[in-house]
Amino acid sequence: MTSPLFPHRHLLGIAGLQPHEILYLLDEAEQWVTLNRSLTKHDDRLAGLTQINAFFENSTRTLLSFEIAGKRLGADVVNMHAATSSVKKGETLIDTAITLNAMRADVIVIRHASSGAVALIADKVDCPVLNAGDGRHEHPTQALLDALTIRRRKGNFQGLKVAICGDVLHSRVARSNILALTSLAADVRVVAPATLMPPAIEQMGVTPYTDMDEGIADADVVMMLRLQTERMEGGFVPSLREYHALYGLTYERLKRAKPDALVMHPGPMNRGVEIASDVADDVNRSVIAEQVEMGVAVRMACLDVLTRSRRGVA
Amino acid sequence: MKTMIAITNARLVGGQGTLLLEGDRIAAIGGDVPGTAEIIDAKGAYVAPGIVDLGVFSVDKRACIAGGITRIALMPDQTPVLDEPGIVQRAALAAKPDLWVHPLAAATRSLEGAELGEYAMMRKTGAKAVSTGRSWVADSGVMHKVLTYAASLGLTVISHAEDAGLVAGAVATASETSTRLGLSSAPAEAEAIAIARDLMLAELTGARLHFRTVTTTKGLDLIRSAKSRGLAITCGISPTHLFLSEVAINDFRTFARLSPPLRAEADRRACIEAVRDGTIDVIGSAHDPRGPEAKRLPFADADPGAAGAETLLALSLGLVRDGVVSVERLFELLALNPSRVLGVDSGRLEAGAPADLVFFDADSPWQIDAAKFTGQAGNTPFDKLPVQGRVLKTMKGGRELS
Repeated sequence: MTSPLFPHRHLLGIAGLQPHEILYLLDEAEQWVTLNRSLTKHDDRLAGLTQINAFFENSTRTLLSFEIAGKRLGADVVNMHAATSSVKKGETLIDTAITLNAMRADVIVIRHASSGAVALIADKVDCPVLNAGDGRHEHPTQALLDALTIRRRKGNFQGLKVAICGDVLHSRVARSNILALTSLAADVRVVAPATLMPPAIEQMGVTPYTDMDEGIADADVVMMLRLQTERMEGGFVPSLREYHALYGLTYERLKRAKPDALVMHPGPMNRGVEIASDVADDVNRSVIAEQVEMGVAVRMACLDVLTRSRRGVA
Repeated sequence: MKTMIAITNARLVGGQGTLLLEGDRIAAIGGDVPGTAEIIDAKGAYVAPGIVDLGVFSVDKRACIAGGITRIALMPDQTPVLDEPGIVQRAALAAKPDLWVHPLAAATRSLEGAELGEYAMMRKTGAKAVSTGRSWVADSGVMHKVLTYAASLGLTVISHAEDAGLVAGAVATASETSTRLGLSSAPAEAEAIAIARDLMLAELTGARLHFRTVTTTKGLDLIRSAKSRGLAITCGISPTHLFLSEVAINDFRTFARLSPPLRAEADRRACIEAVRDGTIDVIGSAHDPRGPEAKRLPFADADPGAAGAETLLALSLGLVRDGVVSVERLFELLALNPSRVLGVDSGRLEAGAPADLVFFDADSPWQIDAAKFTGQAGNTPFDKLPVQGRVLKTMKGGRELS
């Protein structure tokens, strides 16, 4: 049994969600934004439920965000750190899923370095699974928190010009955001060096640009991506300084976007590479801290919605 | 005295009348039946030369018998690699007498693409051709020597057509599908680039060259033009690439993770056309049974390969029903041409040829069911597909196998 408003057992990606379902999660998140800004940031609706955060890839921010989200809802939150170096791939992944299931988790949050790994685990467990990032495939809660941040600043998505800039090839954040924002009728452009542009990306309903000045022209939102230096085996760009020269977000470049364009970044930032420090720290333009705040609220909404059938709530 | 067997009421593929076997050979076609002969009534079924499956990854006897396969050419990518005469000899004897294994000698030691293998010694112990395995020899200097040396020994070289640099780390063909799934991909042109170089080297050295799997429009165009120039070039394909395109990997289906990867629909159609016009010479299963430990993994971590021996004939018969080839031509692709690549005397129904036979019904419908495979594993991307045509009986050297 799942809720008619959100008829999905898991949240594995933005793909497969209807626009009204995305908006429903954003609506649900609003109450948690309010709660999180109050002094007593607590709700007991997940009391007695066990939330396991199984992170097979290193993460500080997303893990912390999910942990806080679960705790604020009253869940018993357990973190399982299993960086890929220590957990061998293979049977172990399925075995881990079976183990987590046997511990009677009520909701499992998973991050894994391989695309599709989270869906594989979801198939083997009885409880809802939340994808906290799988390889370069999807990172749905990041797209939701970005959408919430945009909506609170810009009102709606229709025709909004959003430029997603940087290492699109290796970015699950880019994929989930493309799916969410195109689904919500925004005008999405992607800006990347040609070597970091995914094949056939225009078939996802976006306009690709290799010239950043053109790509961010007249944009309402400039969404920067982290240059995934740890995934840059073999060198997709000649050097960080050349990358910064062509694709770094500086004030000079930001002038091409609308005067009130939002600057976003999923973090952690490579200051001086994809984004200049002064832009990142400009409280009038950058909503990077707000994204982090919205992240907790969106994750609370997802945890609440996905555990409703288990809690016997419609 | 040798046993005489007369096969009556058979629709012979490439022949007519009663098939008379004597010992392990075909004695005559269409002659009188001696009174002493044991009679096998084929009851109207097709009888064709046993399938010679060129380029399989495992000696899976049960799957082969179920699939009407009487000989396999075993890829050198084994543990240990088929790069030493003793190892080759062991492989050659692995399934006799029911299934004949023709080992393919590793083109380079440990298939590392650097040092030449002992082809002549491996031939002595059973190797029938030289193979680069599941990878391309990236170093052109090494491939030049491989082809030169193999040519001097009269051995065909079987190459894997994927440019090593382009496909490094890739698990899919570059496409909207790979982008949506977030899978590392390589452009389909990796195939044509590899073929172009190998063709040049084959022309230069006069070597006989066979590409095990050619799957793209551009790759096939290069082969077509090389053939028209009279080069001794042949190529093959598997039903996976004839009947599936890259969208089959959606939902991270690891059973559709193959090497080379599945291609775009336009390329798939070009493959069908290349079967029709004779550019493709060989259809093989690329049988590669893999259990859950290799396949129940995230897509990129899973091993490539599909179990194909048991479905090879039924799927290939689809080409006959669709009017792409005649049943006679199909058995050139499945039996005669692979025999020629290997230089073995099989693949035809003629007096003196080995009595390696497959009996089949071309029409009876069934549904592919991975759970009912009799071979080592059921990793087929065709699970639940309705097909037509069943293997009724497989004979090797005049003996019925079961």
